[in-house]
Amino acid sequence: MPASFAPPSVSPSRWQRLRTELFGSRVDGLISIALGAALVAIALGLLKWTFFQAQWAVIQANSTLFAVGRYPIDQQWRLWLLTGLLAAASGLSWGLLRALPRDQTTGQLWPFNDRLAAGVLVALALVAPLWLQLSLAIQLRWWGITALVLVGRWAMARWGSGLPRGIKRLVPLIWPGLYLVGMVLISGGLGLIQVAPSQWGGLLLTLVASSFAILICFPLGLVLALGRRSELPLLRWGSVVYIEFIRGAPLITLLFLGQNILGFLLPGGLAPDRVWRAAWVLTFFAAAYVAEALRSGLAAVPRGQLEAAQSLGMTMPQSLVQVVLPQALRVALPAVVGQFITLLQDTTLLSLIGLLDLLGTARAVMANPAFLGKSAEVYLVLAVLFWCCCAALGLGSRALETRLNPSDQTRYQR
Amino acid sequence: MVPFAVQAAAGLLVLVIVAFLLGNLVRNLTAAGLLLSWSWLDNPAGFDLAESSIPFSASQPYWLALLAGLVNTLKVVVVGLVGATLLGTVVGSAAFSTNGLLKRVARSYVELVRNIPLLLQLVFWYFVVFLALPNGAGAIQLPGIVLAKSGLYLGWFGEGWQWQLPHLQEGVWQAPLRLTVEFGALLTGLVVYTAAFIAEVVRGGIAAVPQGQWEAARSLGFSPLVTLRRIVMPQALRVIVPGLNSQYISLAKNSSLAVACGYTDLYSVAETTLNQTGRAVEVVVLLLGSYLVIDLLISALMNGLNAAVQLKDR
Repeated sequence: MPASFAPPSVSPSRWQRLRTELFGSRVDGLISIALGAALVAIALGLLKWTFFQAQWAVIQANSTLFAVGRYPIDQQWRLWLLTGLLAAASGLSWGLLRALPRDQTTGQLWPFNDRLAAGVLVALALVAPLWLQLSLAIQLRWWGITALVLVGRWAMARWGSGLPRGIKRLVPLIWPGLYLVGMVLISGGLGLIQVAPSQWGGLLLTLVASSFAILICFPLGLVLALGRRSELPLLRWGSVVYIEFIRGAPLITLLFLGQNILGFLLPGGLAPDRVWRAAWVLTFFAAAYVAEALRSGLAAVPRGQLEAAQSLGMTMPQSLVQVVLPQALRVALPAVVGQFITLLQDTTLLSLIGLLDLLGTARAVMANPAFLGKSAEVYLVLAVLFWCCCAALGLGSRALETRLNPSDQTRYQR
Repeated sequence: MVPFAVQAAAGLLVLVIVAFLLGNLVRNLTAAGLLLSWSWLDNPAGFDLAESSIPFSASQPYWLALLAGLVNTLKVVVVGLVGATLLGTVVGSAAFSTNGLLKRVARSYVELVRNIPLLLQLVFWYFVVFLALPNGAGAIQLPGIVLAKSGLYLGWFGEGWQWQLPHLQEGVWQAPLRLTVEFGALLTGLVVYTAAFIAEVVRGGIAAVPQGQWEAARSLGFSPLVTLRRIVMPQALRVIVPGLNSQYISLAKNSSLAVACGYTDLYSVAETTLNQTGRAVEVVVLLLGSYLVIDLLISALMNGLNAAVQLKDR
């Protein structure tokens, strides 16, 4: 076919598309101009405030408090060690993901997204400690931690695919092991000095409480969801009553219950301290919501799947674990991660019962007369921090979702 | 046979745990001299409420204080529901605008608000925005509304059903309707937060209406706004209303965070009551019961609404 018969290019240029999007009609044009002007004004105001009016000394002077609360200074090396281990583990896992067969099709050691992420990490490591006016020794530690992530990522992506299968399978198991190591490092024991939970604070407390609750609420939620779908009336009604009771109550009243009544419910001295009480309440609270998310996933699996599995001679637990749950979890994943994000946000409620999580630390800092009236700076930093964590969880869930998508499986097996 | 064994074991386990906990509760409460009783509700409260819609003073009993807290909670929940629904509908519909900028702003609003904890937003609105409002002549004056640190002043019908606007009297604002900044901060926070979730529900509902409905309306000469209001929305409501139910309930439950911005809602009154009387179990039972009733009320209303918007079979 001669080239001249080819259809003319009809796809509009980027400029044209922008014009029809913003100025398609008169009303659209007016809306665009008004909105655009408002956005520019807000952005300029925010920039001006950030660079010329805000006084960031309140963050700089209290950065350790925001990070770990009143954790004893001579024991803080344990947290540095843990951060280093976490950095290495995340670098290795990241690299392993890229070394999996399906990602090698691009043939690139550093695909664009990874270069972007690495760039952001390096920029953050260079700018954030400097801005916080940390001492050079601590700045160096942050550079080292960033380097650990990147080197782990590079090494695993470079040589990871050559590793024997058994070792590759072991890498994800680093995480549960690391969690136990982390809890020992944080709280002490095994020869380390005990650091009471009342001394944890800031980001450390927020992360410990939310990660603990996320880990425990998932299996609890799974049991409740299966119980609610069970044919045994006692299990079903028990689960229904629990789930609906928890979902009908505001979290703050349950935390209040945990702080004030748990001591009465358990024999004297058995009740955990205030921090763990709150963490357990968070866990039991989130379990009800996770159960509902999982139930929707279970409902999405056709009944025939269970019947087919059983007619193949699988026992009930076998068919649940090997046939029904993998499909249900894939469907329920976005909703479950959504609940985890909510849970992370809900840890701020600990500040209302007098615990020093991130928000509680912020309130304590602002009660200090030296930092009176600096609430805008503090709350803005917290908002950015929470936003980044929650948005990252959401992004991760979406990435996992596409990875688990059955239509991609053929590529995976090739 | 096995299922019944499982069931019996589970039932027995729950029974043993409940009996153990209750036994401890009774034993510990008896030891503390706090065995369940409700007569303390008639004792004078001894504390004042910063804000109450029903007349209340410190010499009046606890139950009246708790009732005043409940009324305050209901006040913010009802106004909040209306506000969040309006804002959420606007933001959710904006996702279908022909204007690219408007679409993206609506999307960013949802992403921004949903990823920041509500409690953080509430303290932000209270401490950073509302407590920073100027007083007197410097207050922010909008048509019919004045925002000052001493309160929010709204135009309303005064004596003899005369429409009155807020006016400055010797440096102090006067208006027929005054709201406290605590109420304003809580309401703004709840509305802005819940609207983001409602916007997602509305967006999902509108997206569920087939594209052909828009096209058919356009070929009949309807403008986009009229199409949305008269043709798409009535169909979308069938999907939206069940989704709204859970958002409304979460707004009602979230109103218990009022204590963070100094509003005297049911929870904050209950907290004070507990601190004074030590009656933990009774106070928690009252709290949980009240929120349960509010949830059930909302659910009942929404189920009625749901029945009204569903397609009628003839």
